[in-house]
Order: sequence, then C-alpha cells, then structure tokens
Amino acid sequence: MSIQLSIRDLSKRYKTGEGVSGISLDVNKGELITLLGPSGCGKTTVLRSIGGFLEPDSGDILIEGRSVVKLPPEKRPTSMVFQGYNLWPHMTIYDNLAFGLKIRKMPKAEIRSAVEEVLRLVRLPGAEKKYPSQLSGGQQQRIAVARSLLLKPAVLLLDEPFSALDAKLRHEMREELREIQTETGLTMVFVTHDQEEALSLSDRIVVMNHGHIEQIAAPQDIYDAPETLYVAEFIGKMNFLKGGAQGDKLVVGRMEFPNAKHLTGEVVVAVRPEDIILEPGTSQAAGLPGTIKQMMILGHYAEVSIDLGDHGIIRAFQPRDKVKELQLGQSVNATFNKVIAYSNN
Amino acid sequence: MRWYFRAIGTRKIIEFLLLIVFIVFFVSPLLNLAVLAFSGKWSYPDLLPQQWSLQWWKFVLHEDEISKSIGLSFLIAALVTALSIVLCIPAAYAFARIRFPLSKVFLFSFLLTHAFPKMGLYVSIAVLFYKLGLMNTLLGVVLVHMINVLMFMTWIPTAAFRNVHSAQEESARDVGASPFRVFRSITLPMALPGIIVASIFTFLNSLDEAQGTFLVGIPDYRTMPIVMYSIISDFPGSAGAVFSIILTAPTIILLLAAQRFVSADVMSSGFQLK
Repeated sequence: MSIQLSIRDLSKRYKTGEGVSGISLDVNKGELITLLGPSGCGKTTVLRSIGGFLEPDSGDILIEGRSVVKLPPEKRPTSMVFQGYNLWPHMTIYDNLAFGLKIRKMPKAEIRSAVEEVLRLVRLPGAEKKYPSQLSGGQQQRIAVARSLLLKPAVLLLDEPFSALDAKLRHEMREELREIQTETGLTMVFVTHDQEEALSLSDRIVVMNHGHIEQIAAPQDIYDAPETLYVAEFIGKMNFLKGGAQGDKLVVGRMEFPNAKHLTGEVVVAVRPEDIILEPGTSQAAGLPGTIKQMMILGHYAEVSIDLGDHGIIRAFQPRDKVKELQLGQSVNATFNKVIAYSNN
Repeated sequence: MRWYFRAIGTRKIIEFLLLIVFIVFFVSPLLNLAVLAFSGKWSYPDLLPQQWSLQWWKFVLHEDEISKSIGLSFLIAALVTALSIVLCIPAAYAFARIRFPLSKVFLFSFLLTHAFPKMGLYVSIAVLFYKLGLMNTLLGVVLVHMINVLMFMTWIPTAAFRNVHSAQEESARDVGASPFRVFRSITLPMALPGIIVASIFTFLNSLDEAQGTFLVGIPDYRTMPIVMYSIISDFPGSAGAVFSIILTAPTIILLLAAQRFVSADVMSSGFQLK
C-alpha cells in the first residue's frame, strides 16, 4: 500500500494560544481517515493546512511524495468540502460543477458528460438547470461532494460536511459517502466532532486533543483499547475506578486482572458499561458489592446505575433478560469482564 | 352601516384612512404636476385646464440653457457614479474582508458628512476649493457630489461583500481559480445587486443635488436643479411642471430597474454596522 498523504511534524500557533504542534500522520492510498476531537482541538487547522487555506508555522505536507506546503489552494491536488456555503448561488448546478473543469480548459462535451455522470453518482440526476437555493441542505452538500469528485483530487478533504444536517439525513449521507469512496477509491480526510460518525465511517481514526494527536487506530481498536485516559473518556461510555498495581497484577476491590502495561502504584481502571456483569446478592468472593440506584430501560438493554460506595457510581449495560432479575435498591455484586488501566498522574 | 365597520374592524379603517392620506399627499401633487405640464390655460376654480397644450414642452426642450443643463446633469451624474465605484468598491471589499484596527470607526466615519448641516459643510469645502482653484470647475462639482454619496456607496457594497461567505470564495480557490478569478466570477457577481443599488442611488443623488452645485459650480456649471430655480421664478408654473417631469423621469425609471435586482432587505442590510 502506498502512502498518499504524509504530514510531517506540522505546527501552527494562533495568537490566541490555540493551534497544533507536532502533528505527523501518514494516510494510505484509498483510505478514509477521520480527524476526531472536540471543537478547538486543531482538527480543522490540520485539514485547512492540507488544503492550503492555512500556512503552517513549520512542518511539511507531502501528497504523492511531493511537498505541497508552499502551493496555494488552487495549485494543490486536493479538494475540500466545507461545512456549508459550498455552492455559488448565482450559478446553476451545472455551472457550479463545471467551474473547476472550465478553468482546466476541458472540452465542453467532456464537461457535459462528466457532470451528468457525477450527478448520477450522487443520486441527483437531471439537477443541472436548478439553482442551489432550489435544493435541500443535504442535496447541496451532495453537489459539493460531486464538484470535488469531478476534479479527481489526490486527497479529498471534508470539513464536517454533514454537521448542519438532521440526524437521519446525516446517517444516509454517511452511507452514501462510504459507497462513493468504495466506488472511486479516493483517499479522504474527514473532520468531525461526532464520534459515531467517525466510528462508522473511517478506516482509521485520529483522535485529537489540545492541538496534538492522542491516538491513531482503527475504529474498533480505538473503542477496545484507548491508549490514553483522554481517549478512554472521549470515545463511547466508560466507567473509571481507582485500583492498584501489585507486581504483575492489577487489583480492583476483590478482583484481579493482568497488569499488561506493567504499571506501578495507584492506577485508574476503566471499564466499559457492557463489560460489567451484575449478580443479585453480595455473597460472591470476587467483584465489588453495591446497590442499584437507577434503571433506565432502553428497549433491548437497560442502563443500570450502581452505587459502589467508596468506588463511586458506575453505569452498566444489562441485557433485557438480566434486567428482569434486578430491581431498584437491590444489593448486587459487580464483576468486570475486562478492564483497561492507566497510570494515575 | 355600523355593522359593516364593526365587521371590518377599526384597524382596517385606520389603515384605509392612512392610505387615503398617503394618496392625497404623494399622488395628488404628482397628478397635479402632470396636468399642469400639459395645460395651456388653467385658472381657479376649474378642476381641469380650460385649454390643453404642449407649448411649454416645446419651450423647455428648445431653450438652449435648459437642454444644456440636462446634458450636463447626466454627464456629472455618470462621472460621479463611475468615480465613486472606482473609489468605494475596493474600500467596501476591504471593509468586508480585511480586519484592520479601527475598521468600525472608519466605516462609521462615512456618516460624518451627513451629520452636519449641509450648507456649513459646503461653505467650508468652498473655502478649500478657492485655494485649490476648484471653484467653477467640473471636477469641483463632481467632488461635492461625491461627498454626499460616499456613505451609501461604501456601506451598501460592504454589506453585499459580507454576504459572500468565505467558504464560497475558498471553494472557488479550491477548484482551481486564482484569487483574481474568484473575485471576478464569484465575489463580484454575488455582490452585484448591492453594488447596482448603491450606484443607482448615487446617480439619482447626483442628478438631484443643488446646494453644493450652486455654491461650487456657479456660474458655468448650471445643472438641472439649478436651472429649475430660475425657471420657477422667471416662467409660468407650467414650464416648471414640464421640467420637473423631465427631472423625475430618470428617477422613476432607475428605481423600477433597481426593484428588479434587489429587495428592500438588501438595501436595509447595507445600513447594518456589523
């Protein structure tokens, strides 16, 4: 697999003190990579630097092995889809789509057939003569994606392109984008603050925080093995408890787990709500005793809050069959299938 | 009868009365003007002229000074419009796009020319023009006219440029357009309605300007509104009526044209100091 986009030690500081530093990232050809993080984490700064809309203070950006960091946006082999205001309201959809091709001096007949084809790809055939204001928000974003696709960019950049759409439409657009990506084999860099979007869409996720990269991994690995406490907290739901490391063992209450990271002293133990098993009664040797504080029925499962006394309150997802055995105020014993430990500092 | 008024409600009745007042005050003078322009003999108390005639039209159109003043007025208006476009559009673009210190203060300062009594301003300008030798010159008259329109010519296009979102310019760069091409193909066409409105406003304002012209342009630059004064004092009312119709016609035509390009809210957004 060849590397399509390579970011090397990218830094950019704003006057406000925010910015990014030490960003290094390799994106393979045909890969869809997501930059995920809260607002102000620097993900858009990285994306705009790739697109040429920001000049980084230091570092290099290579596309297909060639440094592009000195090029203006119009000279870069990238194309960007913005959050909104992508289209030009005084032009028809045809003119919006053909604008870039006309600049490239493509023959008219070729432009016509290319536009027709790309409109089919984004499921808006025959929209050529319409104006952007005659389309819905979702359709407008599809046209924006189509315009970028027409230019056959080496890297397609997407800056929260679906964040202004409603949840259902967002879901549809995600599926469509994935289809387009499989069909065209385009390399894509997608920026979002929506972790569901990132998990469902990406080949790999780059979790960012305060201007640096926390972790780069495939969606399942990000979820199963968050490398830092920040990622553990940010992705999905997670419970945190105090624990201790004793040699090659991690001890949480009466439970013991292997100390894979060779931590020492006090540690923070993270447990996913679905990795918690609840048994009525308190007699078991292992596990942590607690009482059920709240149960929220969510259809095929329930979210149960358990007061563990010194260990605080944890949330557990329980299958509906199990929920029938439980009731409010009941004493239970909680055991964990799997924990992830972080050094406590 | 009372049931009828009650059914339509007092609000409607008040609206109707206001409409009547509006018609009486706005339409009837214009109507009177139109009738007067075509009258040969018209004396009180008759509602319509005893005699219709086109003689004052012939008179006005044949009087040398009058036709010259019409030409001059349109020449000056065109010059003022062209010059203020050249001067104000780049400024408006800068106000809309570039953040520089005190930009709000600068933008607001355009109001200054409208904040004082005009005559005071013109007199001080005239003092300056005497020193610079600009009295009784075309350039002097054009400059005085421009002072009046700087505000609209900057504010309205600034708002129009602000309505062009930066993502719209950036996506044009992104698909391969140079900065100049982006301005020509994206930014300018999108801001054009606002610029057209401001230009029409400028043109009409210049056609109408009398005070400053009177002070700076006399005796050689006698525009339509200035000639109007002498016509009203030297000739019967009908000549003045004919002349004011000639003066009003371009206004109405241009305003109707402007209506096609922009809605009132574009106009009003020009006055927001964001």
